[in-house]
Amino acid sequence: MSDTLLVSTRKGLFTVLRKRGAWAISAVDFLGDNISVTLADERDGRRYAALDHGHFGVKLHRSTATGWEEITAPTYPPKPEGYEETDMWGRPLDWSTARIWALESGGADEPGVIWCGTLPGGLFRSSDHGQSWEMMRALWDHPKRKQWSGGGADLPGLHSICVDPRNSQRVWVAVSTGGIWFTEDGGASWTQRGEGMRAEYAPPESTHDPVAQDVHRLVQCPAAPQRMWVQHHNGIFVSSDEGRTFTEVTDVEPSSFGFAVVVHPREPDTAWFIPEIKDEKRIPREGKLVVTRTRDGGKSFDILTNGLPQSHAYDVVYRHALALDLDGNGLAFGSTTGGLWVSEDQGESWVCVTHTLPPVYAVQFV
Amino acid sequence: MAKVVFTPNIQRHVLCPNAEAPGRTVREVLENIFLENSQARSYVLDDQSGLRKHMTIFLDGRMIRDRARLGDTVTETSTIYVLQALSGG
Repeated sequence: MSDTLLVSTRKGLFTVLRKRGAWAISAVDFLGDNISVTLADERDGRRYAALDHGHFGVKLHRSTATGWEEITAPTYPPKPEGYEETDMWGRPLDWSTARIWALESGGADEPGVIWCGTLPGGLFRSSDHGQSWEMMRALWDHPKRKQWSGGGADLPGLHSICVDPRNSQRVWVAVSTGGIWFTEDGGASWTQRGEGMRAEYAPPESTHDPVAQDVHRLVQCPAAPQRMWVQHHNGIFVSSDEGRTFTEVTDVEPSSFGFAVVVHPREPDTAWFIPEIKDEKRIPREGKLVVTRTRDGGKSFDILTNGLPQSHAYDVVYRHALALDLDGNGLAFGSTTGGLWVSEDQGESWVCVTHTLPPVYAVQFV
Repeated sequence: MAKVVFTPNIQRHVLCPNAEAPGRTVREVLENIFLENSQARSYVLDDQSGLRKHMTIFLDGRMIRDRARLGDTVTETSTIYVLQALSGG
C-alpha cells in the first residue's frame, strides 16, 4: 500500500510517512498558511497545493525538484460591462476565485491536463501542468448555473471532478449546491445529471430537481465507471448508469449524513463513509467516531470502530479529508479537530497518527 | 512621483519594496508598479482588477472608497499605503 500521505490543513501542508510500520509527520510545507486542497499527480509525480491567503487571495503552488514554485492560479474572466448578477443573498456576485476546492488530474492519455474546481462555481482546465488555465465557459454560462447556491458557504462550490478512465473527454463534476454536471466533449457542452436524488428539506416542487441537490461528494469506481457514489446533504445515493439516475440508500446506522465518501478502485459495491448527526449538529452520534462500509452496494453496512475514539469525540471529516489508496486497502482521514487516522486493512482497524493537527481540509495518498 | 508603501505582511509571500511611480490616479500608480512586479498584482487586486475584499488603501491618510476603479486623484507628493483591512482578521 501507499506509504505517503499529504494532509492539507488550515495551517500548512503536512507530509506523513510510514516508516518501519509506523506513520509519522515527516515534513511541513507552507506552515501557517491555509491549504484548501492538494493534488499529487500520479502520472508525473508533480504536486500542486492550493493556498488561501485571505487578504492576499487564492494562490497555487507546484512542486519542483527542490521545493515549490508559485504558478498562476485560475482567474475568472472579466465581467461584461454593465452585466449584473447577484448571489443567493442578493449581493453582487464577484467573478473572482474565492477558493480552490478541487484539483484532479486529467486522463492518462493527456499528460499535463489538470482540472480545477472553485468557489463561486467556476471550473478550469489546464493543459500545461497548471501554467495557464482556461475557464469552462459553457458550464459557467449555462443558464442553470445561476440557480446554484451556497452549501455550507456563502457561494456555490465545485468540489468533485471525475474523469472517465475510458475516455478523458467525459467528465462529471458536482456542485454544492447545484447537483451533478456532465460533459462528453472535454467541456465544450454540459448537461445536468442526477435524477433520483432527493432534497427533503427543499420545497416540494424542487425536492427532486437535479439542480437543487446538495451533493457533498461524488466519486466514481475506476474499474467500473458506471458506478458512482454520492454523499449528499440528504443522505447516501448510488448510481449504476454513470450518474443518470440515483437510488437513495436508506436505513444506514448510525446516520446517512456526512461529507466524505470513497469507493474501492476495483469493487464498485464497496464504499466507505463517515457519518454524523444530520444536519444542524454535525457531530458523531453519541460522541463515537465511526466509519461505515458497505460491500454490497448499500444493502448493508459495517460500522467500523476499532482504534477510533468512542467517547466524547466531536471530529467532523470534510469531503476531501477521507482518502483511499490505489490498492484499495489503505484508508486515511483527518478531522476538523486535528485528528488523523490510518487503516491498512480496509477500515477493520485504525491507528491515530496525531490528534493535534490544525483543522484538516483534505487527505490524499501518494 | 507618488510614493507607495506595502504592508510588511505581504513581503512573506512576494517582495514588495517601497516604491515611487508616476500616475494621476491610484490605479495608474499601482499599475505602473506592477509592470515591474507582476507577481504582486494578484496579491493586491482581484480577478476583476478591483481591490481585494480584505485589502485597503490609504491615500494621503484617507481610506479610498473607489475600490473598483481606484480612481482617486494622486499628486506628485502623495503617499499610498497598501494594507490589510481589519475586516480580514
